[in-house]
Amino acid sequence: MNANRLLDTRGLVFVAILVAAAIIVPVLALATPTGSALHVPPYLVALMGKYLCFAMLALALDLVWGYCGILSLGHGAFFALGGYAMGMYLMRQIGPRGVYANPLLPDFMVFLNYKALPVAWWGFNWFPYAAVMVLLVPGVLAFAFGWLAFRSRVTGVYLSIITQAMTYALQLAFFRNDMGLGGNNGLTDFKDILGFNVQSDATRATLFSLSALALVGAYLIARAMVVSKFGKVVIAIRDAESRTRFLGYRVESYKLVVFTVSAMMAGVAGALYVPQVGIINPGEFAPANSIEAVIWVSVGGRGTLVGAALGAILVNFAKTWFTGVLPSFWLFALGLLFILVTVFMPKGLLGLFSRFQRRQAAPDAPVSVTEAQS
Amino acid sequence: MSIASDNPALTSSLLYLDGVAVSFDGYKALRGLSLVLAPGEMRAIIGPNGAGKTTMMDIITGKTRADTGDVYFAGTHDLSKLDEATIAELGIGRKFQKPTVFESHTVRDNILLALKAPRKAFATLFGKPPVDERERIDQILETTRLKDHRDRLAADLSHGQKQWLEIGMLLAQDPKLLLVDEPVAGMTDAETAQTAILLREIARDHSVVVVEHDMTFVRDLGVKVTVLHEGSVLAEGNLDDVSADPRVIEVYLGR
Amino acid sequence: MMVQCKRRVTRPIATVFFALCAMMFASLAMADALDDTLAKFTTDKFPDTQAAIGELIASGAPIAPKLFDALAEGRLLFDSDENKLYVSDGADNLVDARTGEKANVDSPDDLKKVRVNNAVRAALETARGSMSLMVPDPKARIDAAETIFKSRDPASLPQLDAAIAAEKTARVKQALAEARAAIIVMQSDAPEADRLAAVNTLNARGDQDSVGLLNELVAASQGRVKTAAANATAAIQSKLALWNNLQNVFYGLSLGSVLLLAAIGLAITFGVMGVINMAHGEMVMLGAYTTFVTQEAIKAYKPELFNYSLFIAIPLAFLVTGFIGVVIERSIIRFLYGRPLETLLATFGLSLILQPAVRSVFGANNREVGAPAFMAGSFDFGGLAITSGRMWIIVFAMAVFVALQLVLRATSFGLRIRAVTQNRRMASAMGIDTNRIDALAFGLGSGIAGMAGVALSQIDNVSPNLGQSYIIDSFLVVVFGGVGNLWGTLVAALTLGIANKFLEPLIGAVLGKIALLIFIILFIQKRPRGLFALKGRAVEA
Repeated sequence: MNANRLLDTRGLVFVAILVAAAIIVPVLALATPTGSALHVPPYLVALMGKYLCFAMLALALDLVWGYCGILSLGHGAFFALGGYAMGMYLMRQIGPRGVYANPLLPDFMVFLNYKALPVAWWGFNWFPYAAVMVLLVPGVLAFAFGWLAFRSRVTGVYLSIITQAMTYALQLAFFRNDMGLGGNNGLTDFKDILGFNVQSDATRATLFSLSALALVGAYLIARAMVVSKFGKVVIAIRDAESRTRFLGYRVESYKLVVFTVSAMMAGVAGALYVPQVGIINPGEFAPANSIEAVIWVSVGGRGTLVGAALGAILVNFAKTWFTGVLPSFWLFALGLLFILVTVFMPKGLLGLFSRFQRRQAAPDAPVSVTEAQS
Repeated sequence: MSIASDNPALTSSLLYLDGVAVSFDGYKALRGLSLVLAPGEMRAIIGPNGAGKTTMMDIITGKTRADTGDVYFAGTHDLSKLDEATIAELGIGRKFQKPTVFESHTVRDNILLALKAPRKAFATLFGKPPVDERERIDQILETTRLKDHRDRLAADLSHGQKQWLEIGMLLAQDPKLLLVDEPVAGMTDAETAQTAILLREIARDHSVVVVEHDMTFVRDLGVKVTVLHEGSVLAEGNLDDVSADPRVIEVYLGR
Repeated sequence: MMVQCKRRVTRPIATVFFALCAMMFASLAMADALDDTLAKFTTDKFPDTQAAIGELIASGAPIAPKLFDALAEGRLLFDSDENKLYVSDGADNLVDARTGEKANVDSPDDLKKVRVNNAVRAALETARGSMSLMVPDPKARIDAAETIFKSRDPASLPQLDAAIAAEKTARVKQALAEARAAIIVMQSDAPEADRLAAVNTLNARGDQDSVGLLNELVAASQGRVKTAAANATAAIQSKLALWNNLQNVFYGLSLGSVLLLAAIGLAITFGVMGVINMAHGEMVMLGAYTTFVTQEAIKAYKPELFNYSLFIAIPLAFLVTGFIGVVIERSIIRFLYGRPLETLLATFGLSLILQPAVRSVFGANNREVGAPAFMAGSFDFGGLAITSGRMWIIVFAMAVFVALQLVLRATSFGLRIRAVTQNRRMASAMGIDTNRIDALAFGLGSGIAGMAGVALSQIDNVSPNLGQSYIIDSFLVVVFGGVGNLWGTLVAALTLGIANKFLEPLIGAVLGKIALLIFIILFIQKRPRGLFALKGRAVEA
């Protein structure tokens, strides 16, 4: 019963690679001389760290879409909210080093003639508080949204469209200066994180490692959820929602748990993303971003967790490569990828891979079934 | 619930429907349907298409709300105020017209999900499986003749096997009342006969309501029959009496 | 003066001279008064100048307008020794102010300008206003009346009365009466009955200016006048609020029509076929570019057809985007039936391709699409200001809606579409080529999007991103209205349009939009299948 173990072979490989990367990349980045063949330049560390954050967002999305059948077109909102929570902490760390040298107020507030720090910003100078908010803000939003939507049985396309409306509304709201979150420009010009310079190579390497480990953690949590009986119920909901209901399961609470956990994961991903890219602005709420994340999952293979993460990394790698080589063709390529994957590869890359694998292993299959029975 | 105390028909019943009416956009699916089922009873429901059979099941299981009328379970529970999950936990199981199983789960997991156990999200997330879980699953698979298929995906089963799997899931749920909607639709004659045996077995310790078109099958069951027509009861009694009723012949059986 | 006359006049027209002299003799008394008046301009004292202006108006002398113009432009000169008044033409030519004859002055540099201060300038303005009460052009007379209405100078009263008595055109008379009322109401010494009548006149006028005036009156008066003014203010304000609301309804209808145009094609592809076409916005965009290309071609080859360019662009846009729609359906969508969420992803990919494709052909900048003459301008309808462009968009949207209903209800193609929608297998068994119907239905939805693009090209920038701004709104309209129900789409589009226009002045455009998004999110909780949902057991399989 390979499928029910917390770590199957595929998961083991995935976790091992990530843990290895978490150790090796910082070593190669910090301990090797610049110009050496093994040296990992700082920009690459930050880039890979960014990919890992996207992978975590994809993983979170796969949990709700791949396993529970909820196609959220608003997961970018949870990612961005986590990012903003972290961004607020980082803004407070700038202290008097801003252009206006105001010890309490970030530059944009001085510029907009704020007299005092808005209540929403209180406590964000204290890291543990910010860390809790990274989980709590997306979590509470997802809980409230899900509580309303799932209880009234909004499903399928309707749900997708209102999640999209949610992130769109948030984008419009965050564009406003009176939100007190930097409006159009968002939050940027960060200096320190926990006393370390965010720009320094060592900090970047550490953030990379943390992202890799966070991805491992998210994977293990998601995996533990889906292999438990809880996970079976969730898959059952995806396959036949009313059947599950008539068996006595309260479908809405299952969906709510999955949705909230997933949103919190997306929040953490966003929080790790912000110090590595150095900015968070309302653009992160753009509905197109959320749809793009859906495509990562789709490319990698939904309902596989590992595939989702892989898809995010591959697509973003391709994006970086394309924008370097053929910038004008990136959108063509991405669009084409969307179409081809959806039409011809509904199970994604990992689906292709396991079909290939199953064909290889076909002669042994009956044996394994008898083994399992005895 | 004052009516519960002064109505002997209600207090002694397992399922009590009185004057139930429901309409969809002006179409009256049920008009004053009344039906009383005693504990332990098995009842066959027949009737032409559009008679309201499936809508009646929707009302009982909480999927559809009645516009007017009373729906009581075990004399005390007002089903018109409860949702599907609560009604299922009270002990009403339902089998759909079209076999509905969890296709991407194995046969075993399908039964596992139906087994009587805590249904709360946190219980399934952190709870320990009961020790006799495996035996109970095996027992049910034995009854439904699916033991050899326990590790196959439900999607790979034949149509008849899916019907049995669904009945197996109902057994695992161990409800007080089973609602079975056209269990032999699309089955071969041999499968139909086996299904009748299966249902009679189940009826020994459960109350069952079977909706079916197949008269041979209904005859095999040998139970009291209710004929529905245009959303209310046309006739009730044993199959021979009902079949002789000229009104039933007129609307349903044909001459 | 006579000397100068004589000097100028030549012998052959001596008779004319005598005639002129005779006329002047006849009006000697008046002429004397006029001379006295003109003399006041030469004292070089502001109060005298002011008085002179007043007397000049009262005299009704034909020379007055010219003198006022000259005074305003600093061309009225006087000789302080002889107390004579001249008008300069700005160059070196001088004419005698009294006679209008050319004047020869020995030393023009000794002449002094009649000076003007603020009080004089104000008197002059009013004077010129009241003078123009008599001009032949009725429009100019109304303007003059308006000027007096605003200045409320009691000095204009005599002219007003004269003008009212002489006026034949009802509209001008009305304007004059209003101007008179504006003066009378504020005169505390005027008879109460007159003032009350004036209040009524202002009430009948009923615009923002009247409210301002009446408010002043409420503060400045007592007794019945005060009460009447207060009542009139309230009455006007409630009437204004009503018109304002109607204006908002009109704006809302026009916005709603835009939403309807953008959403109705989606209601076909999404509501009827179950396909979520994220590239729908790009179909709208392509329709707008078709309009652009059509207009460019017309400008280049047949400029005289420009006013008909939209009528040519509408069928063209329908055909172009409809054809593209059919191609999309055949090449992508048909593989995805029954998987609505995946059509969403594939068509999103398509929109990612179409945008840069259009950008590389037409450039990233906004393209100019001109408005034909009948789309420009505006007119008043009661208290409504109706812009022709908006009105035609409403008309067009309704026409498209009606046409679409007719196609779906009254043609065999529509019957087939509905048959396939309701039961694909049965329709197929009845001999309907479902593949063909799918392709054509998708083409129809896309074609309507293209026609929407023609309309949007008139009110929005034609750029590759045009469609994006409408796609989310369009989806919300369809979902709000209830999928599969065109009437629902209509009601939803107009409701959202009107709600938006009413919210905008209250809480601003962005917050209004956010409020509507939140409203729809909450509304879907209450009615998960929209305003006009299909009910019954068949819905949820």
